[in-house]
Amino acid sequence: MSEPASLSATAAGADAVAPALSGPRGPRPRKRLSRANIIVYGTLIVVSLYYLLPLYVMVVTSLKGMPEIRLGNIFAPPMEITFEPWVKAWSEACTGLNCDGLSRGFWNSVRITVPSVVLSIAIASVNGYALANWRFKGADVFFTILIFGAFIPYQVMLYPIVILLREMGLYGTLGGLVIVHSIFGMPILTLLFRNYFTSLPEELFKAARVDGAGFWGIYFRIMLPMSLPIFVVAMILQVTGIWNDFLFGVVYTKPDIYPMTVQLNNIVNSVQGVKEYNVNMAATLLTGLVPLVIYFVSGKLFVRGIAAGAVKG
Amino acid sequence: MAHARPNPLFRNLMAKLAAIPMILTAMVVFVGGTAWTVTYSFTNSKLLPREKFVGLQQYERLWETERWMVSIENLMIYGICSMVLSLLIGFVLAALMDQKIRFENTFRTIILYPFALSFIVTGLVWQWILNPEFGIQGIVRGMGWVGFTFDPLYNAQIVIFGILIAGLWQGTGLVMVLMLAGLRGIDQEIWKAARVDGIPMWKTYLFIVIPMMRPVFITTLVIIASGIVKLYDLVVAQTSGGPGIASEVPAKYVYDYMFSGQNLGQGFAASTMMLLAVLIVVIPWAYLEFGGKKRV
Repeated sequence: MSEPASLSATAAGADAVAPALSGPRGPRPRKRLSRANIIVYGTLIVVSLYYLLPLYVMVVTSLKGMPEIRLGNIFAPPMEITFEPWVKAWSEACTGLNCDGLSRGFWNSVRITVPSVVLSIAIASVNGYALANWRFKGADVFFTILIFGAFIPYQVMLYPIVILLREMGLYGTLGGLVIVHSIFGMPILTLLFRNYFTSLPEELFKAARVDGAGFWGIYFRIMLPMSLPIFVVAMILQVTGIWNDFLFGVVYTKPDIYPMTVQLNNIVNSVQGVKEYNVNMAATLLTGLVPLVIYFVSGKLFVRGIAAGAVKG
Repeated sequence: MAHARPNPLFRNLMAKLAAIPMILTAMVVFVGGTAWTVTYSFTNSKLLPREKFVGLQQYERLWETERWMVSIENLMIYGICSMVLSLLIGFVLAALMDQKIRFENTFRTIILYPFALSFIVTGLVWQWILNPEFGIQGIVRGMGWVGFTFDPLYNAQIVIFGILIAGLWQGTGLVMVLMLAGLRGIDQEIWKAARVDGIPMWKTYLFIVIPMMRPVFITTLVIIASGIVKLYDLVVAQTSGGPGIASEVPAKYVYDYMFSGQNLGQGFAASTMMLLAVLIVVIPWAYLEFGGKKRV
């Protein structure tokens, strides 16, 4: 993917280092094996193993049968691999009276995430575009309030939003939750899009104006096609963020439409019945799978998305 | 960017219309919602909001409630440890990654992946690893050290550190990435100059590079701090506030009083205190960062 010049410093830095590493071949200079290098690589390898450990434990636990788990070592690889916990977690695990597994939560999360991502990106990209190219009086004031709003603890706004949604007849519905995600995604996304559109050459915008293009014309015909990478970044940010949300899901929806995270927590932390650790870990892994896949596939774009949060406006 | 607009009112109209969602969010939800909650924290609302003002009564009750005091204490311990440790670990890892190493992408991918996972997943995995019967404690005991005790999630004294372990695992990767971006922003000439002068590497980091990275540190700190105040899902997943009330946190106090305890006034007062805590961090930062100069 061709990436514009305004890449995050991390990615740009990593690219700059790459050529230095693919230098001349041949016998390695002795310095490479210096004590300093051993310490650097040794530390990084130990740290990496520590970070991988929970993922490993999740995988091996989810592939064991309960008798094997009771015997003992959570770090031991399974003696007998079974996929039954996965099947059970997906289609049979119980929350309260419902025993149709985590699949319900999965599809709920899909139905929540897709419209939320589309709506929040649509709103925020138009906002960012208006702020970057069509500044009107007072725009900066609203934008500053919006950014400061990102720091207000959600807890402060939870109840007023309950009232607003109730007035609109959307409290406890999927639509209501979609609106909530769009609201709370707005500060960071608007900042992201505003900064990106500001970095585009102004001449383009001026030329389009001279040619008679209007607000929407310029947005759809010039800005949108030029900004696909930033839309991908915004999508990564939103899909993982919304998929991982717990608080809004539990506050603004009802048990039938609980997102996957809420249902997962209810399954694992339910007090009734015998604890089936293998099913629990399979369920946990299933819930983490979507953001993990996005993370491993998107690579540097993910880094760019989170770095956007750190770049001041 | 000032454009000469032949028909400014009409041209601006479209942008203004397009900005309506942003204006509504900023004014109605962020400003209006906050003002509403703060106002109603002075009422004695129970099941439903009521306009019966009782002054500071909710706050007095709040600070007399043991659970709130435990929550505050936990958040302080978690917050300070989390800020210090994640900055320290994050910076050291970033410095290691900055040594022109091979497989940098692999290492970064591994250390950052927990950040893609939700707090619920994080909390549940660590709940399992720290399970006294089957987890680390059980394994060490199984190896023959029968008296070994490591059960942070079942010991009220240290339960918050059990949550800290999980929180650090999830969040340090982010700090490392931000720090690495900061390190890459340092002029390479600085390193050359330090080497020529014979200054050892650790001294260069401590006395030259870190002071130069001050803005990165401050921004990172604000990001970590505003995340810490919101600490909620992790506790719910890992301990549900237990054992007893030993791992309660303010955000959970707010949720429980608002949506299960049916004592809205307490919830509003507690959330207002959370807001106050954030303002104490954010306002000086915003003043330092943006004060005086106009934002561009």
